[in-house]
Amino acid sequence: MSDPVTATGGARFAGPECAISDLGPLGMVTIRGEAGDPAFAAAVEAETGFGLPPVRRFEGEAEAGLCWMSPDEWLLTCPYTEAEARAGRLRTAFGGLHALAVNVSDARAAFRIEGEGARALLARGAPVDLAPAAFGIGDVRRTRLGQVAAAFWLGRDGAFRLVCFRSVGAYVFDWLKASAASGARPAGF
Amino acid sequence: MLLITCPHCGVSGEETEFAPGGEAHLKRFGPGSEEGEFAGYLFYRKNPKGPHFERWRHAYGCGKWFHVARDTVTLEIFGAYKATETAPPQEILDRIAARGKA
Repeated sequence: MSDPVTATGGARFAGPECAISDLGPLGMVTIRGEAGDPAFAAAVEAETGFGLPPVRRFEGEAEAGLCWMSPDEWLLTCPYTEAEARAGRLRTAFGGLHALAVNVSDARAAFRIEGEGARALLARGAPVDLAPAAFGIGDVRRTRLGQVAAAFWLGRDGAFRLVCFRSVGAYVFDWLKASAASGARPAGF
Repeated sequence: MLLITCPHCGVSGEETEFAPGGEAHLKRFGPGSEEGEFAGYLFYRKNPKGPHFERWRHAYGCGKWFHVARDTVTLEIFGAYKATETAPPQEILDRIAARGKA
């Protein structure tokens, strides 16, 4: 089997206020189904170990967890090598339910943004209220960053994890890098 | 700049996170309909100066379609409701009426 390669090949950048790093190959499984169906919720919980997170929430530790994506979509993050098997087990668990699980690990790029200036960095590119009172630990937001779609959540360790489409992975990293290099912060943070 | 609240995920976001989808509550006229009706469905759109019902999509967010009632002059948003509703909810109509713009 070929070795997995990320969009930016493990790029890292340390700015004056925050550091950005490629998360490396990250397992990502898209799960779609009816949130209100108890059989679907039970199947997801049995296979992933996490209950369906409510709107705009992430359940889990560090990079491994279950992330809300839309009213009928969630993203399971796990070690890269486990993704295919976990998607398969989820599909088996869903049985005849109108639900799906797909391994999308290679379709996405994932980054970690940490440091004092992490909130300010994202706030410069995303139309999101990132004040600590409005965006806390475990909060998720799917939004626009610069010119492209991205999703990010704030982990318990105080670092942001950001995922975007692989085709724009290099753009997102460069955007974050250029923005972080200045070290400038918007007022209020 | 419009500030829109998505009725599906509850996120309040600015206009750039959403994509406009034109006039809401169109009635489809397909095969077998009169030419005039079909042309009206396909080409003719309202362009009111005042309250307008529009379709929007939370394109960069949850991806769902929904409806927004908006004033095209003042850019005031009267409310948003799900795409599954075939007519504006009464509370939004009341809000528009309260502005004297029924």
